[in-house]
Amino acid sequence: MANKPITGEQRVFMTGNEVIAYAAVMAEADIMYGYPITPQNEIMHYWTRLAPKYGKKFLQTEDELSAGFTTIGGVLAGRKAFTATAGPGNTLMQEPMSMAEMMRIPTLLIVQQRGGPSTATVIYSQQEVTMTTYGGNGEGFRIVYSTSSHQDLYDYVIKGFNTAWKYRFPTFILGDGYQAKMREACVMYDPAERGIELVKPTPYMGAPGTPGVDRKPSHMRNTYNTEEELYEVVMNLAKAYEAIIPEVVEFEELNAFEADTVIIAHGVVSRAAKGAVKELLAEGEKKVGYFRPITLRPLAVNELREIAQRAKKLIIAESSYGQLLKQIKEAIYGTDVEIHTILKPGVGITQEEIVAKYHEVK
Amino acid sequence: MNYPQIPKSWNIESKPHKFCPGCGHGIALKALGMVIDELGIQDKTVFGVDIGCSLLAWDFFNVDTIQTHHGRTTPVITGIKRANPELITIAYMGDGGGYAIGSQHLVNAAARNEKITVILVNNTNYGMTGGQMAPTTLPGQKTETTPYGRDVDETGYPTLGPEMVAAIAREGAYVARGTVANLRQLKGFIKKAIENQMAGNGFSFVEVLSGCPTNWRTNAKETWDFIENTMTQYFKVGELKVPGKGE
Repeated sequence: MANKPITGEQRVFMTGNEVIAYAAVMAEADIMYGYPITPQNEIMHYWTRLAPKYGKKFLQTEDELSAGFTTIGGVLAGRKAFTATAGPGNTLMQEPMSMAEMMRIPTLLIVQQRGGPSTATVIYSQQEVTMTTYGGNGEGFRIVYSTSSHQDLYDYVIKGFNTAWKYRFPTFILGDGYQAKMREACVMYDPAERGIELVKPTPYMGAPGTPGVDRKPSHMRNTYNTEEELYEVVMNLAKAYEAIIPEVVEFEELNAFEADTVIIAHGVVSRAAKGAVKELLAEGEKKVGYFRPITLRPLAVNELREIAQRAKKLIIAESSYGQLLKQIKEAIYGTDVEIHTILKPGVGITQEEIVAKYHEVK
Repeated sequence: MNYPQIPKSWNIESKPHKFCPGCGHGIALKALGMVIDELGIQDKTVFGVDIGCSLLAWDFFNVDTIQTHHGRTTPVITGIKRANPELITIAYMGDGGGYAIGSQHLVNAAARNEKITVILVNNTNYGMTGGQMAPTTLPGQKTETTPYGRDVDETGYPTLGPEMVAAIAREGAYVARGTVANLRQLKGFIKKAIENQMAGNGFSFVEVLSGCPTNWRTNAKETWDFIENTMTQYFKVGELKVPGKGE
């Protein structure tokens, strides 16, 4: 049996879903559980082709509830387990992910956002931001990476498994239909050759020894009897989550801390935003900048506040009706920066539109 | 005389258990504990409990235990078994968890012949939430949501779980219905179910007829009478599918 599909560095031209399957193999994922939904299907298609060659497994479940809960089972057994979904499937995933959140079970869920609400389109959107960051009956104790390219998909799938198992919070790769289905170039590599150490999983259930004799039994629950008991549990979760924020937060920026007008976008839209800012800077505009939150949970609140306190205007561009906007408003609460928006639910946003918006509000 | 012993695999620290007086869960879990002891599998067993009264068993055994969501114990246990087939995995749930909210998981786990064991306690109502109609509520039986008795024209007939599972599951599956009124037989069914998993034959499923005196509002005699004489008219006790023995 071959050891790994990638040695050295390989420049490839493929769809994002295929990139994800390779990245999961290279991250030493053990098992994928999944249920078909567009636009994530090809992650399963490529995984099921690769998996048997590398001693890895796949289970096609009866729905996303089952895909999420079997993924939890895989993690409990001490395996790197993951699943992928989109849209209405992501809605169902919120139930298992809330359990993972409560019990600090390091699942990895790849979300390829499609149009919403409801069945909507199978194509593209950024309308699963609120659900992926704060879904379920929980408090959002999760880590969500919003990717913008195939290179990101490869890098952050590898990183996502490490983040999940290091910090023990459910981790999400938030992509979209464009990234899923589009072909573009990226470099695949063996993480070991880049000095990336893969975090080893450990079992929650079925560790060696007889429970009650050689070791304590692993008794895991998410049900509590009293308000005080629950309060303590959730406050401990909050404390643990807040402690890791400085280590986990990621963002990218260009001139954002010097600019009067800062364009904020995440995911693929950030590419249009970055392109627009580069174009404007090349045209001689000096006071324009770009900011892209990479982690949507936790959000780079300190940096956003610093920008909002200094800049005069923000332009927030996203393919939803204001889901990122809502989180940014909350982050910069109390500042008096002007906010302008390009909100296009379920529709892509071009560099030209962002440049035009800049001139309009300047 | 041989007095009944507390199973070795029980967690003494969580005893006396938290089930209502007269509840059948204690007997079902006693049977399971005895089987775990007899098979010597305490170190390899992973126990999953559902939401509903079954969740009270989250620390019942000195066995690794995961308490899941309502209806979702079957997929969690399936996920564990798929990831690590060396473990002996048992999903424990009530009739609401298995036949209503988690029925798609039960049906599909049976259809895939998952090498897991499901033990489902049938007490003809939702106990934890205060005694509503369950899929297993008998025709005419009064519950909080059928205060005038279950009207089968409105709500259908009780689910025959083992019959359904036996119809779906293929060769290698073990399916039986036991009762807390016959501990020795119940223990035998549970033992065969777990041995069936250990042999890698296929899905194994045991429904356990049980009592709920709190919500039935019955005394000990009436409770026992309902389990032994009323429930068994509808729910036939016995083995429905045994590997190698045909149907």
